[in-house]
Amino acid sequence: MSALAELGPASGAAEPAGPKPKRLTAGRLGLYAFLIIAALFFLLPFYVMVITSLKPMSEIRYGNLFGWPAAPTIAAWLKAWASACTGVTCNGIEVGFFNSMKILIPSVILSIAIGAVTGYALSFWRPRGANVLFAVLLLGAFMPYQVFLYPLVRVFSMIYLYSTLICIVIVHTIFGLPVMTLLFRNFYAGIPIDLFKAARVDGGAFWSIFLQLIIPMSTPILIVAVILQITGIWNDFLFGLVFAGRENMPMTVQLNNIVNTTTGEREYNVNMAATILTALVPLVVYFISGRWFVRGIAAGAVKG
Amino acid sequence: MASVSVRRLAVSFGHVKVIENLDLEVEEGEFIVLLGPSGCGKSTLLNTIAGLIDIEAGQVWISGKNVTWTEPKDRGIGMVFQSYALYPRMTVQQNLSFGLRMAGVPRAEIEARVAKAAKLLQLEDLLRRRPAELSGGQRQRVAIGRALVRNVDVFLFDEPLSNLDAKLRNELRVEIKKLHRDLGNTMIYVTHDQIEALTLADRIAVMRNGVIQQLATPQDVYHRPKNQFVAGFIGSPTMNFLTGRLILGAAGPTLDLGSVSIDLSAYGFARQSSDVPAVLGVRPEHIDLGAASPGHFAANGKVEIVEPMGADMIVWSRIADTPVRIRVDGDSAFRNGDDIAFHFDLARASLFDAQSGERL
Amino acid sequence: MQPRFRNWHVQLALLPAWLIVVFAYLGTMVFTVRMSFTSSKGIPIMDDVGLRQYDRLFHTDRWTISVENILIFGLLFILGCLVLGFLLAVFVDRLARFENTLRTIFLYPLAMSFVVTGLVWQWILNPALGLQANVRNWGWTSFTFDWLEQGDRAIYLVAFAGIWQSCGLVMAIMLAGLRGVDQELWKAARIDGIPTWRIYLHIIIPALAPMFITATLLLATAVVRSYDIVVAMTAGGPGISSEVPAKFVIDFLFTRQNIGLATAAATVMLITVLVVLMPWLYLQYFRSAPGARRAA
Repeated sequence: MSALAELGPASGAAEPAGPKPKRLTAGRLGLYAFLIIAALFFLLPFYVMVITSLKPMSEIRYGNLFGWPAAPTIAAWLKAWASACTGVTCNGIEVGFFNSMKILIPSVILSIAIGAVTGYALSFWRPRGANVLFAVLLLGAFMPYQVFLYPLVRVFSMIYLYSTLICIVIVHTIFGLPVMTLLFRNFYAGIPIDLFKAARVDGGAFWSIFLQLIIPMSTPILIVAVILQITGIWNDFLFGLVFAGRENMPMTVQLNNIVNTTTGEREYNVNMAATILTALVPLVVYFISGRWFVRGIAAGAVKG
Repeated sequence: MASVSVRRLAVSFGHVKVIENLDLEVEEGEFIVLLGPSGCGKSTLLNTIAGLIDIEAGQVWISGKNVTWTEPKDRGIGMVFQSYALYPRMTVQQNLSFGLRMAGVPRAEIEARVAKAAKLLQLEDLLRRRPAELSGGQRQRVAIGRALVRNVDVFLFDEPLSNLDAKLRNELRVEIKKLHRDLGNTMIYVTHDQIEALTLADRIAVMRNGVIQQLATPQDVYHRPKNQFVAGFIGSPTMNFLTGRLILGAAGPTLDLGSVSIDLSAYGFARQSSDVPAVLGVRPEHIDLGAASPGHFAANGKVEIVEPMGADMIVWSRIADTPVRIRVDGDSAFRNGDDIAFHFDLARASLFDAQSGERL
Repeated sequence: MQPRFRNWHVQLALLPAWLIVVFAYLGTMVFTVRMSFTSSKGIPIMDDVGLRQYDRLFHTDRWTISVENILIFGLLFILGCLVLGFLLAVFVDRLARFENTLRTIFLYPLAMSFVVTGLVWQWILNPALGLQANVRNWGWTSFTFDWLEQGDRAIYLVAFAGIWQSCGLVMAIMLAGLRGVDQELWKAARIDGIPTWRIYLHIIIPALAPMFITATLLLATAVVRSYDIVVAMTAGGPGISSEVPAKFVIDFLFTRQNIGLATAAATVMLITVLVVLMPWLYLQYFRSAPGARRAA
């Protein structure tokens, strides 16, 4: 009984007291090692891209992939931008950049606008057939595009829109709709339905509730949607290839043509410069948006 | 022998000191409740005893061993959590036995212990179910069972009933009390619910800002709160506080409320200091209606608000411009504006120093 | 306001979505399936040759290789992304520091297109001037890594590049999942004395099952659609050794002028996806009472 009393505070000095001594365990070291190696693996391609684009071809031929450029030059960048060849034309990737911009801006606006309205109507108004509509949209989000392509090409040809800017914008809107609807529907599912009921009681109609109540509350999801659509549409290759036509060929298609069109010696430095240039817009969006980009992934991935 | 002993404990999160220089001795077989508002450090203290939070200074002893640096599993504790923390996608049986299997306890022994716990907690029919298929009350019983099978001396409860609805909470509260009666283990129980504290505890430790304000039996905490915080925290509806000046006159001590003066001669002073601002605390249930008995303070007033609460009724009136709640029988008939006479026994009141809040 | 009038506005707002669903999704699907029963070559003909195109399809080497490749690619890509992504999430979560930096590093490939990914890795992995040449330069002259030019190996490298691009997605999903795990579960497990790796294996991974399903689904969708990365990295080569179904369909639609065969291939893709997807969609969205909160 008195054992503890004897061990009392005074004798406790030799006993464990205060914070546990911290040791660098093997597990902790493994953790650091894994993360550092993983980080290097992820950064390596970017590093290679950059240094290759700064080397002259003479240096590249030496086969020193990971080596720092001995004589860095931006000549390849200039060529990639203004005079790299795709087959017979040599206008660089510049044209593709502006084409992508032309496609991007209306596509982003249109797809988000329709997605937001659809998500709002489905979420708050639940009209007849809402479930069917949502089911097919959801299904569309997972379908192989190959099923839709040819009939769409036929339809656009019939109405003389095939290979136009309008055509590619519509296509982006069509295939952006499922994700956009899902995004907004899930977001609106988080808004208390009572708020909507209150607005109804106050006499709000469909459009006035949407414009005056819902849209002002939607800023976070609008940002997410913009990020998602900018990166998605900019990075698109297939639709640009099939629907945009020669006049509006987006940057990704142009890039692939430059790199994979072999006439004469392949200029790897120009290729890599063009590749970085193509990746630049989404990368800038990514670095600026940071956490929002992650939110977009989560919002797009998690079910409503 | 003390079952759990916390000595000069200090805990901080980053630069925020949550607990500083705290001592707590828990007797063997005792049911201690750590009670306090959220953020008072009660859960932190419990987690420290469990070894789930690293401490900054001090020692923790459990069952005569210094376990300050010991892993939680080796401290001889079982713990029950607010969110139940049942392992998802494991059956009740697996939830109960998982820790034992990990510890390499022989199979037969595991089965015996699980069976015993299941019987004690009436879980026998639920052993094959998964947590998702259980009600909140059943989940918490499983969580208690998981602590039980560990065959330990000390049980720690971290707000175990907070996620349940009122009815289930009452039922499970009684079950925990029975469990303590039958097992006789040491139990340390964290809650912010004073009813749980008053009904379960052998002793209550009322905490605020990482400091134990009072460690005493439920009766003491209720009748002789050590300071104004404890007085106001325990009891519902809360204690009436009358602020005035303590005057030690020739005719004995009085509390001067301005227009009214209360004779304090019947109050059992713990210590006296003259002419200081003081607060008199009177519980609503200690104020009686009708003519005053000797030694009581009597007053007249008007009924301002009546709140019927079923079994009893709260009547609001005033003493010297301070609103006063009076608890009366539920079948009384009062209307706003009625004149009433009431009185209270000063021996049952509490007087606090207005500055320090300490009991006088 | 009268319900009829109100509904009119709602339906107007949903008109674009309905048009897209009816014409662009369902209509095109039906049309594609219909075309797969015709003998259409360069231009659509509305005859009926029964299942002849399907018969031809499965006797076409290019298609069987495509199917084989997509299975290899899909399996490696999905498993690789899940394992690496989950590990990254766990380690980042445990490190509890530099989270923003690490997440930025692991996620940036996702911001880039598959075309860019394919081209970068094509450059790094090309034997003549890439990794192989560089390692030889460092002195290991017999080092050989030329899978990109080996017919039976190229698809593995495509999967590898795909993992590099997409496993950040899994990491982000899993990291969110780990953060959502009840912290008291960890405490309970520590009190039970369960070793950390077992906590992950027996408690955390089961708790993250929905995240794994979501991630798998997203990755599987990417697998079925994988076209850009193959075009950019190998162009289906060497020869036709790294062809995939998506590319098969596009090639036969637009360059090889065999609409009947291409639509038959597209229909096979469609059916496969539907068979896999339907049970999941049903469970996920329609059995558990969609929008139950609006029941009132």
